[in-house]
Amino acid sequence: MSTITLTINGQQVTVPAGSTILKAAEKLGVFIPTLCHHPQLTAVASCRICVVEVTFKGRKKLVPACMTGAQDGMEVETESAAVVESRRTILELLLANHPQDCLTCGQNGDCRLQDYAFRYNVPGAGFSGERHAYKIEDDNPFIIRDMNKCILCGRCVRMCAEIQGDGVIDFAHRGFNTKISTAMDLPLSKSECVFCGNCAAVCPVGALQEKGLRSSARTWEVKKVKTICPYCGTGCSIELNVKDGRVVGVTSCDGEVNGPALCVKGRFGYGFIHHPDRLTTPLIKKNGRFVEASWEETISLVAEKLTGIKNDHGPDALAVLSSARCTNEENYLLQKFTRAVLGTNNIDHCARL
Amino acid sequence: MKNLAGKYKKIICVCSGGCTSSGSGKVLAGLQAAAAEKGLAGKVLVRPVGCHGFCQQGPIVTVEPEKIFYTRVTEADVPDILEALETNRPVERLLYVDPTSGKPVVTYDQIPFYSRQQKLVLEKCGCINPENIEDYLDQGGYKALKKVLSTMTPQEVVDEVKNSGLRGRGGAGFPTGIKWQGALSAKIKDKRYVICNADEGDPGAFMDRSVLEGDPHSVLEGMAICGFATGSHEGYIYVRAEYPLAIKRLKIAIAQAEEYGLLGDNILNSGFNFHIKIKAGAGAFVCGEGTALMASIEGSRGMPRFKTARSTEKGLWGKPTTLNNVETFANIPVIINKGSRWYSSIGTEKSTGTKIFSLTGKVVNTGLVEVPMGVTLRRIIFDIGGGIQNNKKFKAVQAGGPSGGCIPADYLDLPVDYDSLDEVGAMMGSGGLVVLDETTCMVDLARFFLKFTQQESCGKCTPCREGTKRMLEILTRICEGKGTPKDIDDLERLSRVISSTSLCGLGKSAPNPVLSTLKYFRSEYEAHINDKRCPAGVCSNLLVYTIDAAKCTGCGACARACPAGAISGEKKQPHAIDAGLCIKCGSCLQKCKFGAVVKK
Amino acid sequence: MTNSIDEIAGADFILAIGTNTTETHPVIALQVKKAVRQGAKLAVIDPRVTKLAELADYHLQLNPGTDCALLNGLANVIIAEELWDKDFVAHRTEDFASFRQWVSGYTPQYVERVTGIPADVIYKLAREYAGAENAAILYTMGLTQHISGTANVHAVANLAMLCGQVGKKHSGVNPLRGQNNVQGACDMGALPDVLTGYQKVTSDEVRAKFARAWKVDTLPASAGLTVGEMMAGTQKGCIKAMYIVGENPVLSDANAGDVKEALQKLDFLVVQDIFLTETARLADVVLPAASFAEKEGTFTNTERRVQKVRKAIAPMGRARADWEIICLLAGAMGYTMNYQSPAEIMDEIASLTPSYGGISHARLEKGSLQWPCPNKDHPGTPVLHKEKFVRGRGKFHRAEYIPPQELPDQEYPLLLCTGRRLYHYHTGTMTLRTGALEKYYPGEYLDVNPIDARKWKLTPGCRVRVISRRGEVELVVRITDTIPPGMVFTSFHFPEVPINNLTNPAQDPIAKIPELKVCSVRLELL
Repeated sequence: MSTITLTINGQQVTVPAGSTILKAAEKLGVFIPTLCHHPQLTAVASCRICVVEVTFKGRKKLVPACMTGAQDGMEVETESAAVVESRRTILELLLANHPQDCLTCGQNGDCRLQDYAFRYNVPGAGFSGERHAYKIEDDNPFIIRDMNKCILCGRCVRMCAEIQGDGVIDFAHRGFNTKISTAMDLPLSKSECVFCGNCAAVCPVGALQEKGLRSSARTWEVKKVKTICPYCGTGCSIELNVKDGRVVGVTSCDGEVNGPALCVKGRFGYGFIHHPDRLTTPLIKKNGRFVEASWEETISLVAEKLTGIKNDHGPDALAVLSSARCTNEENYLLQKFTRAVLGTNNIDHCARL
Repeated sequence: MKNLAGKYKKIICVCSGGCTSSGSGKVLAGLQAAAAEKGLAGKVLVRPVGCHGFCQQGPIVTVEPEKIFYTRVTEADVPDILEALETNRPVERLLYVDPTSGKPVVTYDQIPFYSRQQKLVLEKCGCINPENIEDYLDQGGYKALKKVLSTMTPQEVVDEVKNSGLRGRGGAGFPTGIKWQGALSAKIKDKRYVICNADEGDPGAFMDRSVLEGDPHSVLEGMAICGFATGSHEGYIYVRAEYPLAIKRLKIAIAQAEEYGLLGDNILNSGFNFHIKIKAGAGAFVCGEGTALMASIEGSRGMPRFKTARSTEKGLWGKPTTLNNVETFANIPVIINKGSRWYSSIGTEKSTGTKIFSLTGKVVNTGLVEVPMGVTLRRIIFDIGGGIQNNKKFKAVQAGGPSGGCIPADYLDLPVDYDSLDEVGAMMGSGGLVVLDETTCMVDLARFFLKFTQQESCGKCTPCREGTKRMLEILTRICEGKGTPKDIDDLERLSRVISSTSLCGLGKSAPNPVLSTLKYFRSEYEAHINDKRCPAGVCSNLLVYTIDAAKCTGCGACARACPAGAISGEKKQPHAIDAGLCIKCGSCLQKCKFGAVVKK
Repeated sequence: MTNSIDEIAGADFILAIGTNTTETHPVIALQVKKAVRQGAKLAVIDPRVTKLAELADYHLQLNPGTDCALLNGLANVIIAEELWDKDFVAHRTEDFASFRQWVSGYTPQYVERVTGIPADVIYKLAREYAGAENAAILYTMGLTQHISGTANVHAVANLAMLCGQVGKKHSGVNPLRGQNNVQGACDMGALPDVLTGYQKVTSDEVRAKFARAWKVDTLPASAGLTVGEMMAGTQKGCIKAMYIVGENPVLSDANAGDVKEALQKLDFLVVQDIFLTETARLADVVLPAASFAEKEGTFTNTERRVQKVRKAIAPMGRARADWEIICLLAGAMGYTMNYQSPAEIMDEIASLTPSYGGISHARLEKGSLQWPCPNKDHPGTPVLHKEKFVRGRGKFHRAEYIPPQELPDQEYPLLLCTGRRLYHYHTGTMTLRTGALEKYYPGEYLDVNPIDARKWKLTPGCRVRVISRRGEVELVVRITDTIPPGMVFTSFHFPEVPINNLTNPAQDPIAKIPELKVCSVRLELL
């Protein structure tokens, strides 16, 4: 494969032909901010926060690093005066039309706008003037949609079209009134939206927030544990977000099966884990009513009963139903128990349902 | 006009372009009916034609072969015009009156507005019936296509266009031949497209519209030649939906050309196929931008895309695409017919040929003019345009629409070509020239263009969407007298960032009206901000109306006209204006016969 | 699945049979949608107008339960028009001659009469499938939950072998499994006739190997009972005690009324679950289990991908992981199971199971593995049957069409089909307790075609009693033309709508799968 050598902030770097400046910078560990860019989505170069100053063939200009191809002999400055002025101005412009309610925003701590404002020392809106006053959409149990916080990076639009394949949302209107909208600007709940939440997962700010997760924990309070979704047989990777020993939400990570995508059940169906109906103690039915019991008492009762029936009626009077919900290790142990301990092959599970 | 359709003694040409809005349809129908009634059928042809260009004087009727030029014709003038055919004495009251001599001028070639133009592209506009292919053929139409198909290779055509020096008439001025070469040499061979950009959206620009309405075949012919030269068999005309007449005439033209074997499969038995489809826009200014236009044709929202390759490599549906505007395509048959050497002799070295301008604003002769590249602004505005209306002072000319800039009087002798205009901070654009006089406020003008750009911003990239909004708000504040000195710094910084970081040309050029007015008319901004004064007397918030007691007769006309009840005074006594109530509408000023109302 | 999920997007042709993929496997459906966006042809065989059907180039709304005839009809055309992959058939398969013979009866004209699909559509589809470079077949329970389930699956396999659409990328025969670890439960031998990795219990050699490893003298040699047979055995009194782990047959199984009755007859029932399910309520002892978030282990997905499950939180209250409970119980019954962790259990699985031989938790920490993965250096197997089939040559099985066991008649004039909804899962044990899903989709409907709605004088939102020969439920009517006339549809997610009280327990003779997709019902307006 042919390669390209360019200079970024005075350092030479060689990358495969066809790489963007952003890729080349990543290779050097040079930071370039991005908002609209997402590795799994088509590049659009619309937010312009990633502009860098390029000198090439004697001409100097600002170009978006996320889509501009690296060229042999290119000289790139990622933090020149012009670059910094542009980034600061773009941040000021975004903040001029963005609620400054970071104190209560669920995205606080995991917000690119906030991060970059800090990095480029933009204390707030540099410009006064009109701000949007859209009604916050909060009529579904999954996603809070606050278009006042939207920076129109279009990641959600591309996610819905390119990964989810549904195209429920798109840009609507023009100029300052441009807005991400469903057909006829209906709420998501009245649209074709299936609430996979994949849009929320890629929103770099707080415009699309997972309702449960963002209302129950600050972003820095959660520990993320990567595991596998407990629902259908697809096997999507999920991250359980844990705070104080409780699962407060599910986020997507780059799963081997699912990439960044999840469905509504995988992303929003975690509430059962802490549901008050959960069984927390062994129960023994006495006189038709369940009574709480210790593990010792319960296990010896079960062992005694099963042994008794096995002795009286033979092992084939026993039957075991295993679970397609349990782990491999558990299914293995249960069939081992059935065959080696109970002495029967009467084991099955709901594979046919 | 050459090659008059032989069998007619006279041809009456009735402008049926823009003039339809001032009633030329009735004139045409009246002439046709009356001519038939008089038994003139077979002798006199009454023909609807495209725009004559001198829109100020419309509806226009010309009589050939005498070149008689009638202005502001109404239905009532029909009998006299027909009678004049017999008497051979033109209807004098309909003739154009030369403003300097005060004498009527009979034929159009004697009118300075026309005699100082050079019409290559508009030659047939205004003398052929755009809905009749025979008229176009009569005038040598499709000869160039025939020549190309029978005697030239694609490379030869591309070379001819390259040698002509033709540059894109849509605004940026990219050399057309080089663009075509890019498409011809593109790696992708299976499918290529030709697109005609007819999404003319600049306020006050109507060059392309006139060509499409007056001479649609010239565009089709240019596109077909381009298709042959670039290896494409499919063309699109992206035309704004606000041009229904152009769309109608294009449809007719395409159908007729297909019927005559000049479009479609196996054109003129050459084996070359070329099909043209019309795609009507949906009202977005930004769709005049190439990538947004292509997105729109593809069925997506018309938003510009960041180009990682030239359109001639990867354009419409990812295939090599040659995109030129209407006027550019209309130049092609001329170049092929007359040769690149002849063509390149017109204009300047780097800007060859002619350019059509729509001349509007405070100029006497508004309309469409075609002049060789390199003529001076003075010639266009004063010699052809007849100078400034009402003997006011020329202040500036706004060139290039919302992407362009204002050129002050100091540069009236600037030759009009791509590079000279760029140098002074304006641009050729598609050819809009808005003439401004001393009563134009330059801050207000900048605000007008920013409002347009902001409304038409597609909303995709941050600097254009958010930045033009804030610029507009700052300009509005300044116009309202609420500006601060920091506003100029903010405007300059926003302009710098927007023009250097926006995604498409619309955004990159959006600050131009502000930058050029700041450059040449900075004092006007400062007057608004520091002195709370609008030197041109336009920004109403900054105006103060008072009554000069010495001149006031106390007639009460002003008080009766005042919609806000701000004027009071006893009869026959000097009146006074309550500044707190005054809404600065200027009604009192208009009503006062004694010059007592003073605007400051 | 013979192939991997991410290969679907690269197929040129996708044949989706009896799968409402966008609702039941939403993330797999993304691959199908991607394929369609990239220009693949999609054929959907389903009586209902699913979202997938709306995307399809061909939507074949066949008469329910006639899939086998349709698939045989496709094979018939492909053979008649000489479109089959002669090389593949010659080198990789057997019994083609007899296949050719018996499938010759399935002429498009005959199939049209049976399935209701016009013969010309059958011709077109057959040609497209056979002509595709890479054609993938996807199916789920719409194909299998019939008394002819096994024949249906054989017919699918026959079609794929006939065209050589197996053993290479972007193709194959791909059942999409409905539950997170249903594949793993099968792999692990939670089946009456096989031990891990489908090693037959009837094999002396296999039993000897396991007996040695498990340190027991003997293992039972004859196949045990399937779920349905267990319930029948219980009714007859042969089964005296049951130990049910993480299942809810009272809601999920066909003719659930009888299941409940059977379980009540048991001398002793132990249920181990995370909730007090409808089944657990019948138990003598309930053991509280840990949820997936509270334990370590592995799940095997529908494409045979073994992935690591990680513990995020401690078990609720005194609940314990299922594996720990089993160890306790075994110990109490005199058999020591002394595992320190699931990783240790996996090592034992690997030592006894050739297809899992190279799988360990340590390896899975670095990334998942698709079985067969016979040794620790093996990278796993994304595509099955590349060089040869497990049994050597692929066998063309005889797969004759058998109509559903119970079809509408005068007394029960409508056909009831059951399935799943996007927002819920199985018997709702989990999804009805999320604080979100059940708020958005709080109750179930009976989907009815407008023609039937007129016929039975139903209005949107009216309540009806749905009655079959086995039971009845009450439901709210939703009128929709996504359901063909003559059919009604609902799900089995809601305990208050125990629809499986109505379904037909008639089973496929080989796979013992009940015919949940077809039974006949009548409606009474309430």
